[in-house]
Amino acid sequence: MMIEVNNVTKVYGSRKAVDNISFSVDSGEIVGFLGPNGAGKSSTMKMITGFMPPTSGTIKIAGYDIIEDSIKAKKHIGYLPEVPPLYLDMTVEAYLAFVCELKEVPNDKKKATVDKVIGEVGLADVRKRIIKNLSKGYKQRVGLAQAIVGDPDVLVLDEPTVGLDPKQIKEIRDIIKELGKKHTIILSTHILPEVSMICDRVIIINKGKIVAIDSTENLTDTIGKSKRYFLKVIGSVEKISTTLIGINGIKNFKSKANSKENCIDVDVETDVDHDLRKEIFFSFANQSLPIIEFRPVNYSLEEVFLQLTTDEEVNDNENADNIQKGA
Amino acid sequence: MKMLTIYKRELKSYFLSPLAYVLVGFLLLISGYFFATFVLSTQYALMSPVFGNTVFVFMFISPILTMRLISEEMKNDTDQLLMTSPLRITDMVLGKYFAALTVYTLSLVISLIYPLYLKIYSTPDFGPILTGYIGTFLMGAAFIAIGIFASSLTENQLIAGVIGFSILLFFWIVSWLGDVFQGIAKNIVDNISLLQRFTNFQNGVLSLNDIVFYLSVIIFFVFVTIMVVDKRRWS
Repeated sequence: MMIEVNNVTKVYGSRKAVDNISFSVDSGEIVGFLGPNGAGKSSTMKMITGFMPPTSGTIKIAGYDIIEDSIKAKKHIGYLPEVPPLYLDMTVEAYLAFVCELKEVPNDKKKATVDKVIGEVGLADVRKRIIKNLSKGYKQRVGLAQAIVGDPDVLVLDEPTVGLDPKQIKEIRDIIKELGKKHTIILSTHILPEVSMICDRVIIINKGKIVAIDSTENLTDTIGKSKRYFLKVIGSVEKISTTLIGINGIKNFKSKANSKENCIDVDVETDVDHDLRKEIFFSFANQSLPIIEFRPVNYSLEEVFLQLTTDEEVNDNENADNIQKGA
Repeated sequence: MKMLTIYKRELKSYFLSPLAYVLVGFLLLISGYFFATFVLSTQYALMSPVFGNTVFVFMFISPILTMRLISEEMKNDTDQLLMTSPLRITDMVLGKYFAALTVYTLSLVISLIYPLYLKIYSTPDFGPILTGYIGTFLMGAAFIAIGIFASSLTENQLIAGVIGFSILLFFWIVSWLGDVFQGIAKNIVDNISLLQRFTNFQNGVLSLNDIVFYLSVIIFFVFVTIMVVDKRRWS
């Protein structure tokens, strides 16, 4: 076990930022930490890296307690905070050499280490430049370079792609994927595709609590056992309901009046093995219900995420407007 | 050895910006002016007024030298790098303290040309000059300790500077209160005054008591700084 988090709580004043969370990360895993802003992602990461101690609970890195054995534990950690911790008046090279000393890279290996990380994150063009004058994307890379100095076993990356342009985002993601082959990585983000692209496992956190821990596939699969379509139909809710009930293989549907376009929005869920699009089309056509829009809905982590983190009251209100039918 | 890492970076940082040059230059300019006018006008081969003036001027500029030491780390989030590295807070604070002290010492070393001039053109009494330098060094070292403490209190450099200056000013003028108070209160006030002790050094008196006093002030403020930095994480 590379990272063990046991019953960790963090209280700021009267506000509970992190509420009794526990999880562990195996060596070599890439774990995504997902949650809306203010969910407690950064606080958890600051505690894992030993920047601030938890109010209660314990954290172990590579078997060392981050508070009791902090120096030993910190030797295994590379950390990229939300804002990269850069000394703006230094050159990239000088800064990385300084980090080498901090991370106890032996003097004879310092030069090689600096060259290596510069190569790994693609900083060769700017290595002699002063950090202050670099673009945001390059600053982020210097932050990432700083985290991987000395090949720490655990990399903790807090929103590594935030604020970058799409090309830079892709580059940073590729770098992280490459790093994941050798390191244990925890990265936080609120960009969902990022998680499905990079991570083996996802921890979804909301209001300081863990709401789900699972592999990326499993999470999308749990609600991915059926196909879904979205239709816009002109007609009445009742007529649409009776039409849909008449079709075999439909598991579930919801319809809702759409006053803007003067039609009914219908969500249809069907068995995953049957393609019912033809049947749905003809049934509606027979009932003279014109379909003005018909498209498949793809399951994404986004929906899982929203399902898990949206307030229940909101869901209840929505349900009241819907007419539901059992499978 | 981590202390050395921090020390080197901090010292480089002083000289990467114009700050160290400006402060050292200013201190030398002022002390040089006082040296020249005093020696030329009185024709005495004495340095004690120069020490007094140097220390007085350094009271104003030491907060500028020290105010960024820790507050800038907090402001730029570089403390997150330091605190998550295998580095003791003590090493961090001491490294920074000694870097600032080095800049100050550098200006004292350059000012050694003043006694050299006296030696060339006259026969000065080197006793009071030596104790004067020791006193000036210790006084400045205490100022810097107070400054780094102020810097640990806030991530705003300007506020850190103002706090540092206020504490220095308090220690400076507290001796004036000595005349107001009686008995024990007067005793305490006289004993914590940085200024009172300094006169002894100026007059060529080197007492262990005074040296221990300055060292205590230095150790106390450096220690409290370490506590403040450590405590902040727990809040």
